[in-house]
This record gives sequence, structure tokens and C-alpha cells, in this order.
Amino acid sequence: MAGESGKIDPMHQFQIEPLAPLKIAGYDVAFTNSSLFMILVLGALWLFMWGGMKRELVPGRWQMAVEGVTGFVNNMLTSSVGPEGKKYVPLVFSLFMFILMANFMGMMPFGIVPGVHPFTVTSHLTITAVLAVISFGTVLVVGFWKHGLHFFSLFVPHGTPWWLLWLIPLIELFSFLIRPFSLALRLFVAMTAGHVLMKVLAGFVINGLNAEAAWVPLVVSIPSFILMIGITLLELLVCAIQAYVFALLTSLYINDAVNLH
Amino acid sequence: MPQIAQILETYASQFFWLLIVFGLIYLTIGHGMLPKIEANMDARDRKIADDLAAAERARAEADDLGDSGEAGLASARAAAQAKASDAKTKGAKDAEARLAKADAEVVVKLAAAEAALSAATAKAMASIETVAAEAAADIVVKVSGAKVTPAQAAKAVKAVMTNG
Repeated sequence: MAGESGKIDPMHQFQIEPLAPLKIAGYDVAFTNSSLFMILVLGALWLFMWGGMKRELVPGRWQMAVEGVTGFVNNMLTSSVGPEGKKYVPLVFSLFMFILMANFMGMMPFGIVPGVHPFTVTSHLTITAVLAVISFGTVLVVGFWKHGLHFFSLFVPHGTPWWLLWLIPLIELFSFLIRPFSLALRLFVAMTAGHVLMKVLAGFVINGLNAEAAWVPLVVSIPSFILMIGITLLELLVCAIQAYVFALLTSLYINDAVNLH
Repeated sequence: MPQIAQILETYASQFFWLLIVFGLIYLTIGHGMLPKIEANMDARDRKIADDLAAAERARAEADDLGDSGEAGLASARAAAQAKASDAKTKGAKDAEARLAKADAEVVVKLAAAEAALSAATAKAMASIETVAAEAAADIVVKVSGAKVTPAQAAKAVKAVMTNG
């Protein structure tokens, strides 16, 4: 991450490096460090779930953890959608766990191994956009499937005065269409900003230690290091919160599609 | 910002790998493992509910048994009490009868004893009179030398005793 001049570039961590070139139908679908971390996320998630598959009557710790997460997602959907929400548990659970694991995977201290850089899959707009489109597309498909053209009544909330009928549907339509963008941007910005902040602070620590003046480490590096510990903990919290927000909003949007208003 | 600078070169790869990975997660985990875990949780919830219902039933049964046992105990106690009080009254009557009989016997014996006593007293009184008369005659002889007939002595003693 250190450039040629010893400068630390906080954006370098988001660089996608091809690891194995691959071309399908003229598209460059090279296996990159991003793909590698997605596979790692898949592996970690699979391992996590596999540990909870003993299906004992009295669960052990691991099974308890897995059942806690599944119960959490299940609860979220039944409380925001109702009993019909059970159908969407696999989708919301997949979204939630993928985002959560990808966020945490980006926070792993793989950097202590020389030459290895952790990569945060969810800090890429291309990824969050696809996840948002999956969420939004589900809402559209479910909405039109269940209600047909009646789905458009979503844009006319109950109790709208007749003289506002020209304005409210327009506002509702925009707020509906903005949903995928807000979903994608929220996650992307939160992860990017957090990692940039951590990298900048780490740069302060390292550059301060390398400075010639003896007072610099004391005044710059140590406070930055202490601050960085706090920011790292905060980032871990943000990792979980962003996954939760994405899953919760998805279930609320699904509620709109299933129950209209 | 590489996310935007690289977007044209990398979007295809990102989409491709994300769809593969997310599709795998959705199919194998979301639709493969998750329902099994949920089925297990549901089975456990059902088992707990069933066990609780069975325990509730058993408790109600035990309550019933306890109630009937208590009722049996109460009736047995009442019967025992009735028997005891019967026995008590019978015993009391018996005792009364026996007491009355004994009383009567005692009264008869007492009367006989009293009669014997009064006879003995009368006899003793009579003999005392004769003894006193003889003693009086003797005393008169010794004191005055006069001869007193027993009849005279007896008359005098009788007079003194009835007056005295």
C-alpha cells in the first residue's frame, strides 16, 4: 500500500487486481482479489452454517449462534411483513449474511502477513448495486405478481386529499425509485468511508513513527493509534449495522409489495 | 477512487463472481441449510410445547387424584368420628347402668349395715344400762351399806340416763 515515495494511499485498498484472467463471451470476468474475497465469504458462511447443522434438540454454542442469526432474520421478516414474510427468509438471510460476512472479512487483520491485503467486497459500488437490484427486483416481482397493476396504488397512500392527487403519487414514485440507489450507496459509502478513515489514521501512525523529529510519534502517532482502536471498534459495529439496515429495509420494502400500504 | 475509476474494466468480473457466489449462497445456504435449521427449531419449539402440555395434563391428573384422595380421607375420618362417638355414648350408657346397679347394691348394703349398727348400738345401750345398774348397786352397797335390789338400781340408772 505504500507508494514509491513512501506515501500511504488510503484508496489503494479498494484497487481490484486480477489474479487469473478469464474471458467469457468477450467479457473480461477475470478472477480478482474481489472474487477471491467473495469466495472466502462464501466459505466462511458455509463453515458457519455447517457448524450449526448438527440439529440437536439441545443446541451447543455454535448451533445456538446459527439459530440465533436465523431466528433474528426470521423474526425481522415476520414482524415487518407478517406470517407471509417466511417465504422471503432465504433471500433476506442470504443478503444479510453475505453483507455481514463481507464487511467483517474486510476488517480481518490479514495485512499482518506480508503481501496480503484484506479486501472489502461491499466497499464496491458494483457489488452493492447488484445487491440493491436483487432487493428492489424482488419487491417489483412480488408486487406485480401479487397485485398486478393494483401495485401502483402503493403510490397513492390512504387518506390522500383529492386536491393533492397530482403531487403525492409523484413524490411516492420518486421515493420508491430512489430505494435501490439509497440501498446501494448507503452500504458502499459506509464501508468506503470507514476503511478510508482507518487507513488515514494508520498512515498517521506509521508516518509519525518514521518522522525525523522526535516529538512527532508522541504527539501524532500515539493519539492516532488510540483513536484508531476506537474507530476500529466503531467500524465493527458499522459492519453489523449496515448489514442489518440493508436486511431491514429489504424486509420493509417486501412488506410494501406484499401488503401494499 | 478505484471503485469508480475501475468500474468499466471490472464491472463484468464483479457481476459475474457476485452472481455466482450470491447464487450459491441463496441456493445452498438460503434454500438448503436454512430450512433444515428452521425445521429443527420448529421441531424443538413443538416438542417443548408438547412436553409442557403433557406436564400440564399430568398436573391436572395429580390434582384430581389428590382431590379424590382428600375426599376419601375426609369421609373415612367422618366415619371414624361417628364410630368413636357411638362407642363413647354406648360406653357412657353402660357405665351409667353399671353405676346405677352398683349404687343400688351399695344402698342395700348400707341399709343392712346401718340396721346392724343400730341393733348393735341398742344392744350395747341395753348392756350398758345393766352394767351401770350393777355398778350403781355396788357403789350404793360400798358407800352406804344399804342393800339395793337390782330392780331399784336399774330404775334409778334409767332415770338418770334419760335425764342426763
